[in-house]
Amino acid sequence: MTDETHASFPLRLEGANVPMVSFRKVTKRYGSLVVLDSLDLDVAEGEMVTIIGPSGSGKTTVLRTLMTLDSINDGVIYVDGEPLTHMSDGTKLVPANQRHLRKMRSKIGMCFQHFHLFPHMTALENCMEGPVNVLGLSKKEARERSEELLRMVGMADKRDQHPSRLSGGQQQRVAIARALAMRPKVMLFDEVTSALDPEVIGEVTGVIKKLVSEHNLTMLMVTHQMGFARQISDRVSFFYKGRIEEQGTPDELFGDPKKERTQQFLSAVREAV
Amino acid sequence: MSYFEFISQYGERILSGTLITIILTIIAAALAVSIALIAGLMRLSPNRFVRSVAAVYVEIFRGTSLLVQLYWIFFVLPLFGFTLEKFTAGFIAVGLNLGAYGSELVRGAILSVARGQWEAALALNMSGVQRMRRIILPQALLIMLPPWGNLMIELLKSTALVALIAVADLTFQAKQINSSTFLSAQSFGTALIIYYVVARFLITPSMRWLERFMARKMGEA
Repeated sequence: MTDETHASFPLRLEGANVPMVSFRKVTKRYGSLVVLDSLDLDVAEGEMVTIIGPSGSGKTTVLRTLMTLDSINDGVIYVDGEPLTHMSDGTKLVPANQRHLRKMRSKIGMCFQHFHLFPHMTALENCMEGPVNVLGLSKKEARERSEELLRMVGMADKRDQHPSRLSGGQQQRVAIARALAMRPKVMLFDEVTSALDPEVIGEVTGVIKKLVSEHNLTMLMVTHQMGFARQISDRVSFFYKGRIEEQGTPDELFGDPKKERTQQFLSAVREAV
Repeated sequence: MSYFEFISQYGERILSGTLITIILTIIAAALAVSIALIAGLMRLSPNRFVRSVAAVYVEIFRGTSLLVQLYWIFFVLPLFGFTLEKFTAGFIAVGLNLGAYGSELVRGAILSVARGQWEAALALNMSGVQRMRRIILPQALLIMLPPWGNLMIELLKSTALVALIAVADLTFQAKQINSSTFLSAQSFGTALIIYYVVARFLITPSMRWLERFMARKMGEA
């Protein structure tokens, strides 16, 4: 990123109604392929935003850059008002050091398509790993917190099982508990039902619904489950070629899409179902 | 002389040689494992200098003869003021040599742990060291155990070379008995069988046990 572009971004976002997540002219390229094209996206605190769109439209990249799993080439991402992969040197934004990255990452949790539970740990140990080793909680505190979350996702009775003994739906529920145990402000769900057998999708979407109704978490979700997205989202963003082609409330976007590409995509998805 | 007479006369020396061989194997294995872990991790370092140091070590010790390395450590290093006792020179040479092969196993196993594991650990905000130590290495260990079993047998057999710098191991004793009795078939035959028995009935079962133990910890057994 050049210095001139740095200069045009605020060191931090201040004032009333600062969005919990804010993408400002964010560009991500893989070689010559542009995945995010000067993307602007705000997510308010407590809002549930679902990202839909054709493959390669940059949906997952939004979540991956937020989790700092992928770097960005241009622009600035703000989380809770503070720049994510940048930090202020007093006058301008410079690339963040490890300390800043770790501080910022503590605000974000993520669940993956393929769960990625740690295979050498039980469900409970998976949930306790972060609280004990990263947050520095005592084993007792971490255990209480983890057990409560495992109860919440309906996995309390399987807490001593290793992931290899759990079904996909069960693993994903443990993965959600593991992420929540870190008490993030923002939760990211990356196609969390795509790798599941149809009959267990409900147990995972059920947990997410519960989160939406009972907690004030800010959530970003990428999904192909249009019915689910329509039910629980505050807002749905349709991505096309690294930009937001159209967005609105679920009823607006699914019921009365304005843009031709949105219409095409939605009718293609409906045909597939 | 019957084989029974041979054993009753030379059994004690063969036994003491076997003991030396086993002790040498254990110490050299400990050295090989430690240095393989260090060099394997160094080869994955983001720092180019650290990577190069490990690469040079692996190239030298994997690319040249163990016997010549042993001679270097025992006969040449004293010329530079580093004199090592022969047993020490023996396990250092064998440990460094097999450690070079082992470091490739460590590196390969770490790289073959699913990428998602790194990402999940990062998403929990774990530090680089925590990710490696608590998440990646335990899984890499399970992947690399079977090839380490092979390497341990290789290591046992490599220790025979220390007889050439007069460490009184099994091979050395067999050679000595042979040169005083000319009973080649008995001396070297016995040594051959003992190497096989140690590999087959000590090393292989221990490695299998370790594999099962680790698999149980992974919840796979």
